[in-house]
Amino acid sequence: MTPSPESELAELRMANQIAANFRHHPDDQAAAEVANHLRSFWTPWMLERLERLVDSGGEGLDPLVVRAAALLATPAA
Amino acid sequence: MTLLREPDRGTPSAPGPETVTLEIDGIPVSVPEGTSVMRAAALAGTDVPKLCATDSLAAFGSCRLCLVEIDGQRGTPASCTTPVAAGMRVSTQTPRLDRLRRGVMELYISDHPLDCLTCPANGDCELQDMAGAVGLREVRYGYAGANHLDAAKDTSNPYFEFDPAKCIVCSRCVRACDDIQGTLALTIEGRGFGSKVAPGPTDFLGSECVSCGACVQACPTSTLQEKAVVLSGTPRRTVLTTCAYCGVGCSFKAELNGEQVVRMVPYKDGGANEGHSCVKGRFAWGYATHPDRITTPMIREHFTDPWRPVSWEEAISHTARRLQEIQERHGGAAIGAITSSRCTNEEVFAVQKMVRAAFGNNNVDTCARVCHSPTGFGLKSTFGTSAGTQDFKSVDAADVIMVIGANPTDAHPVFASRMKRRLRAGAKLIVVDPRRIDLVRTPHIEASYHLQLMPGTNVAVLNAMAHTILAEGLANRAFVAERCEADAFEVWERFILDPANSPEALEVVTGVPAAAVRAAARLYAAGPNSAIYYGLGVTEHSQGSTAVMGMANLAMLTGNIGRDGVGVNPLRGQNNVQGSCDMGSFPHELSGYRHVADAAVREQFESEWGHPVLDRPGLRIPNMFDAAIDGAFRGLFVQGEDVAQSDPNLQHVVAALSSLELLVVQDLFENETAKFAHVFLPGTSFLEKDGTFINAERRINRVRPVMPPRTGKSEWEVVCEIATAMGYPMSWGSASEIMDEVARLTPTFAGVSFDKLDRVGSVQWPCNETAPLGTPVMHVGKFVRGLGHFMETPFVPTDERSTSRYPLLLTTGRILTQYNVGAQTRRTANQVWHHEDILDVHPHDAEDRGITEGDLVYVASRVGRIQLHARISERMPQGVVYTTFHHPISGTNVVTTENSDWATNCPEYKVTAVQVQLVPPAPAPEKGAEAVAPAEPVPVAGA
Repeated sequence: MTPSPESELAELRMANQIAANFRHHPDDQAAAEVANHLRSFWTPWMLERLERLVDSGGEGLDPLVVRAAALLATPAA
Repeated sequence: MTLLREPDRGTPSAPGPETVTLEIDGIPVSVPEGTSVMRAAALAGTDVPKLCATDSLAAFGSCRLCLVEIDGQRGTPASCTTPVAAGMRVSTQTPRLDRLRRGVMELYISDHPLDCLTCPANGDCELQDMAGAVGLREVRYGYAGANHLDAAKDTSNPYFEFDPAKCIVCSRCVRACDDIQGTLALTIEGRGFGSKVAPGPTDFLGSECVSCGACVQACPTSTLQEKAVVLSGTPRRTVLTTCAYCGVGCSFKAELNGEQVVRMVPYKDGGANEGHSCVKGRFAWGYATHPDRITTPMIREHFTDPWRPVSWEEAISHTARRLQEIQERHGGAAIGAITSSRCTNEEVFAVQKMVRAAFGNNNVDTCARVCHSPTGFGLKSTFGTSAGTQDFKSVDAADVIMVIGANPTDAHPVFASRMKRRLRAGAKLIVVDPRRIDLVRTPHIEASYHLQLMPGTNVAVLNAMAHTILAEGLANRAFVAERCEADAFEVWERFILDPANSPEALEVVTGVPAAAVRAAARLYAAGPNSAIYYGLGVTEHSQGSTAVMGMANLAMLTGNIGRDGVGVNPLRGQNNVQGSCDMGSFPHELSGYRHVADAAVREQFESEWGHPVLDRPGLRIPNMFDAAIDGAFRGLFVQGEDVAQSDPNLQHVVAALSSLELLVVQDLFENETAKFAHVFLPGTSFLEKDGTFINAERRINRVRPVMPPRTGKSEWEVVCEIATAMGYPMSWGSASEIMDEVARLTPTFAGVSFDKLDRVGSVQWPCNETAPLGTPVMHVGKFVRGLGHFMETPFVPTDERSTSRYPLLLTTGRILTQYNVGAQTRRTANQVWHHEDILDVHPHDAEDRGITEGDLVYVASRVGRIQLHARISERMPQGVVYTTFHHPISGTNVVTTENSDWATNCPEYKVTAVQVQLVPPAPAPEKGAEAVAPAEPVPVAGA
């Protein structure tokens, strides 16, 4: 089933909000913290939808989220 | 048990460190210095006759009945106001005392109706008892003279009546209102013979009285009497149990005739409330037997179909089969459950186990998601565990109390009374709240500082306070060096000293003058004991978790943690918010706040349960709704919650619930959520439950059944039967066995059992080998995580801003007489005080819009529009409006939005940009809710 635009927006909004709360740190650290937060609290279904958003060009996504999403592909430290 | 009569030793205990030995009627007795002779006599086994004295109130010395003789002293002093002295020899019974007491009683009885046999207090009347105790046999004065016997009764209060003809003007009611409740609603009006108790120049209902019932409890006669006692007679047996309303968790004596509750009397030995109560706990329990209760399971194919009552067997097999079918078609993760903070720990634990073992996923969340989930995140990150740090009693030792985002006099009234006692005794108060809550200025209490910030700026204010404390050299660096992580503190110190965090830089954002923030910060830092109490005005924000961490930073910075009188204390909304979180009903955590990714923890559960536990988090409540609309989530079990009234952006919630193939609701009533359900499983009220609740101070209290379940089954039994029917055999022999399993699996509960609770009353977790009787104050000596961790708390403004189209900010909350979605309190006489949700508007905002008191207005946000009656209120700052969400017909959450806390998804109920406009007067529209766009009405109107 195609994800509804409304719920796609939810992941985008929530991920950007998480990024905004880690932005005070240097980019590498912030991206790792965003990834760690997503890994700790987001269910696989949400992470998959985020991944699809990134894969489709990441329009509207905070660049920190895009960097964090790349880190999610690797196991947590 | 038979009727439990608690001993009344006449005056409060004295906590003096020195012991004094004296002799009473020839019997030696040793008591703490400062104890009254009356109390010492009671402890020695002699009850001195008394009327105006009771041990919940300071001695008053007015009734002259408790006279004693003391060797070497002239006269007959009142034993209640006379302190003990070493070597004192007291006689409580002499011919002279007998004569004096009979004379006093004769005067009382000469102006008292002699209707004992038909009086509601017959057999439960101290005046009657004392007449007997002093041997009164005649009244020589007759009844022809002036008297009060024709004084009119005041029956205006729905729960109790006031019969001044029976009043002996002992002032116990007035003193209870003043000293215990702290409302000061009652007074003695007039002088001499004309003296009478009065609730001001009005009746009780129209007065300042908050109906806590302390006056009724204190009354030694039948002057103030529960109407239930008038109707049913005095009760004959007692069951000790715990209130099912707010997170204070008051202990009550349920007093019964057979299985009929006559009254609820707060229990003096209750650790949380120590004999006090509020209008909800004491009086608003009638919903348990309300005719709206559903006691038979029901099913239907589609939520628009009529319900079909079925047997438990059919309901359970139907539910299990439908859930399995969904999983077969859409995958294992397509179903989940929501647990309720209104249910017991045992019921909650059963549901989360059903999800993790029978459903085979982690899609379980609890209603704390929408209230205190940021508390869990914030306090765990900084201190190491997800709970408040103190017991309630700790506030007695506080010198400075900071109340932020909480309105305890409405939402946690019994704790508020305790806090107000401390404030009247001299503790200083800082209130951080957009509204001028009652505590800001109330009889004998005035906040030193009211930081009236704009909604959404808690983090900015907390950062500015921390900045001030550090910049002005007020930090407790010794505490920080000894108790906190040095590296994290250094990073945080650099962050917080940035000029961007100064009060001057932030005042344009917060609306709070920098000088006031600095002064409040200095007061908090000066303490010496400073305590923070907070509520949903902190957590229900886009930075709720950040604000919790900000408060923890402040406490660590000033060393205000790890002893009495200090700490960071969440005031939990519902009775078992703490417990439902403790029990592992968050999708990422097993019981005791241990992440599902922790293999060692999972292994423990897998070994106990004989079933694998997934290592990835499940869906949180808002995510469940998103997934339902998306089609990935198809089946939901809702235990005792009403998400279709309580959760934000109701249009979205309704769309989600309508999308489900199977919605199972377990509840007392057919609530708003049940309107979209396919299965209704009748639940049990707190009077039928056997289990435990955990209050905001981590106190585990027993909930004991007062009557058998009206549904024939405990809720946890129903859950077990569904799990078993799904192929995962799940059973316990009793609720006690569930707690035993919790104790086996949860280190902080290792020492908890029903047996222990029945023996010692209650314990506060952690309760284990190290602390077998529990832990009233946490983080003593070291933090749960070892060293405290300062967290950087950058202020990130919410996306929800006022605009030209929506220029006001709406904040929502609660009121004293109603509770949460009102499912319980709306089915009681509490309706008399708050029968609809009202919009509070600042006079200038009202004037700008042509709104006057009582006008019907539209409240519109970008997601919906509702109608409410307006109240012009200077409690509100200009630009901010306020309402409650207790009535479904109001549809308050039609206008709240999808915004949520960045870390936990706790909804941002406290900030919604709205416009308020007068509803055109004619033709008068139906009051209720409607959606703005698309023009699809949200089905909450007319409920």
